[in-house]
Amino acid sequence: MSTKGMFLAALGFFLSGTVYAQEPVELRFLWYSDGNEGEVMADLLARFQEENPDIKVVLDNVAYTVIRDQLPAQLEAGEGPDLARITTLKDLAPHWLDLRDLIEDPAYWEENFGAYLDWMRPEGSDMIPGYMTQLTITGPFVNRTLFEQAGVELPGEGATWDEWATAVKQVAENQGIPIPLAMDRSGHRFAGPAISMGAKFIGEDGEPAVIDSGFRAMAERIASWHGDGIMSPEIWGSVSGATLRGANEEFANAEVVMYYSGSWQISQFAETIGDAFDWAAVPNPCGPEACTGLPGGAGVVGIKYTEHPEEVAKLMDWLASEPVLKEFYERTLFLPGHAGLAKAGLDYKSDNPSVKASLDTFVKEVGKLAPLANRMPAWDWANISYAAIITRLGQVVAGEMSLEDAYDRIEDDIDQQVSEAKR
Amino acid sequence: MPHREASSSLSGILLAPLRGAMAIVDIPMRWVQRRLGTGGVAAAFLAPNMLIFGVFVLFPMFLNVLYSFTGGGALYLDSRVFVGTEQYETLFECRDYLDPASCREDRFWRAARNTAFFVVVQVALLVAASLVTALVLNRKMRARAFWRAVFFFPVLLSPVVVALIWKWILQRNGLLNAMLSEAGIEPVLWLVDRNWAMFWAIFVAIWAHLGFYTLILLAGLQAIPAVLYEAAQMDGTPRWRVFTRITLPLLWPSLIVVILLALIRAVQVFDEVFVLTGGGPGSATLFLVQYIYETGLAQQARNLGLAAAASILMAAVLIVLTLVQLSSSGWRERKEKR
Repeated sequence: MSTKGMFLAALGFFLSGTVYAQEPVELRFLWYSDGNEGEVMADLLARFQEENPDIKVVLDNVAYTVIRDQLPAQLEAGEGPDLARITTLKDLAPHWLDLRDLIEDPAYWEENFGAYLDWMRPEGSDMIPGYMTQLTITGPFVNRTLFEQAGVELPGEGATWDEWATAVKQVAENQGIPIPLAMDRSGHRFAGPAISMGAKFIGEDGEPAVIDSGFRAMAERIASWHGDGIMSPEIWGSVSGATLRGANEEFANAEVVMYYSGSWQISQFAETIGDAFDWAAVPNPCGPEACTGLPGGAGVVGIKYTEHPEEVAKLMDWLASEPVLKEFYERTLFLPGHAGLAKAGLDYKSDNPSVKASLDTFVKEVGKLAPLANRMPAWDWANISYAAIITRLGQVVAGEMSLEDAYDRIEDDIDQQVSEAKR
Repeated sequence: MPHREASSSLSGILLAPLRGAMAIVDIPMRWVQRRLGTGGVAAAFLAPNMLIFGVFVLFPMFLNVLYSFTGGGALYLDSRVFVGTEQYETLFECRDYLDPASCREDRFWRAARNTAFFVVVQVALLVAASLVTALVLNRKMRARAFWRAVFFFPVLLSPVVVALIWKWILQRNGLLNAMLSEAGIEPVLWLVDRNWAMFWAIFVAIWAHLGFYTLILLAGLQAIPAVLYEAAQMDGTPRWRVFTRITLPLLWPSLIVVILLALIRAVQVFDEVFVLTGGGPGSATLFLVQYIYETGLAQQARNLGLAAAASILMAAVLIVLTLVQLSSSGWRERKEKR
């Protein structure tokens, strides 16, 4: 071939390449992070894109409040990202993409994520919307160093809420700690202890029936603990409405003896506390009915308004595959929301003995969950109830209303919101 | 003279392209003016701005009115249920309007009461503080520009930054409690005590906006002719009389602007206080905009209809306040002309 011919052939090849080379499909993945999970997911996605150069995934790592406040409005408008990591899985279920006909092996998903699919799909549906990036369970953390220094014995498994309250008060008084017991300002965190006291939450018709003797027993304790100085108004009394207020910073600063939050804090405490003091999760305190926390978690779901459902399903299949999920859970220190991995066990990547002990405790707590606690995440009116509970009990703690008025208000608020949602 | 001529010819050369451009623009402008008249040209110039105002302000306000007559959880208006005045009835269902606890939507009335208190106290203190600061900064003093910058600096900060700075100062382990501890005084939970929380909400809002209103008043003070003060001085007029008979009347137009802007801003208070106190403790610093935000956007079941109704009521209050303010200013001007 002459030089001119070769040049023309090369030019033709180059042009044909330019014309026919396909741009990769771009997927937007909305994500939030409590700990290091954003970095881990970015690593995994880089690997996925190497294996699938036809798909580009943009990870939008945003604040949790963006997902909580802005994503619902986007979804209502029929817009949004292609995938999202979210905690309000049930409330927004009508917006999820059904992956059943798009994924390679629906049986794998049913087998490994089946226990949690009802948490993220509309009532009565058999759709497969996504998988759990983490199973969470509420429970307490204690500062063991403070207990040791105070010479107070750590209450063991089966200890009641009242026994714990007495113990943490002794420690705080002995050590001059400002907050003996802190609980996240959240109706969700309150629900587990209330179920332990005998609260039923769900009526026989599936409608909310929140106020009963078990609920009152826990609410009265919260109010009296604030009065006795066992709990500080800095957490429940400091903000308004259903605003979440945690005590994670106070716990990390050794200003709290016992902190009731949940398993998602482990990774953060491993980083913020390190070996500054000895901390660990302890079993959920008991009431007369149970010793339970409340399960929950975050999941990744496909959004049904995506223009690329097949690519979304391909990515979901890859992310939910056993080796990828194993790596994700082990590196993020999350409890597995995958039946196979939960059974096989995980090798968490941490040398911190507090982390190992806490993970062991929470894994055991999963097996001790009360049946009602397991039902709550799939209940349609759970989040509405949690919001009403914390709004009104927050006002009780702030001295704005009596407990009896708060009970009436909680019922009114829930009725109003349920009827508004049903219109 | 030759120097002036040279400079004038140089500026003529430099301005020539501008004159050329203006001559080119002048041709279509004259044609437009002939076709539309002077008023029409003014309207044409205003049209783009009015279009933006219409699309981004008037149309959403109109939509808001429509939403306030609907219910349900849907976002789009055509999917929502028409409920008539039900949302307004919910807001107004009270046994005693002075007791929020007796109202069905008690948080709305708590927010309204807090907002009313905040508006009255914060605006009064802010205007007084701005006036005093402007009077002081208008005097001859050493490093006057520096002091003016000091008072104006907080205005440049984002409201969130302002709130975070003060939160850091006021929290249990914050700067203020550290200073109290040094002095042997027990730390105070400034943002957990109901009265202190409102105090700090007002204080921080004043601190953040003082510089802006001071600047307006300072400009007003500098526009007052110095000869009036000189004449008063020659007459031996007491300083208080100079203030009430010269400064205050001539500053009145600037004061009206300051009061009006401060009033509107106070009714709309949200960002600083939301970050500083979150509306708490309880609902001690819950204001109307936060109530509307939480009801319409932040709740699990978003009640857009109720939030829209509340925001229409708030807009009505703002319109009434503005009209009262403008009419009082007009009345004063008419009185002065007489």
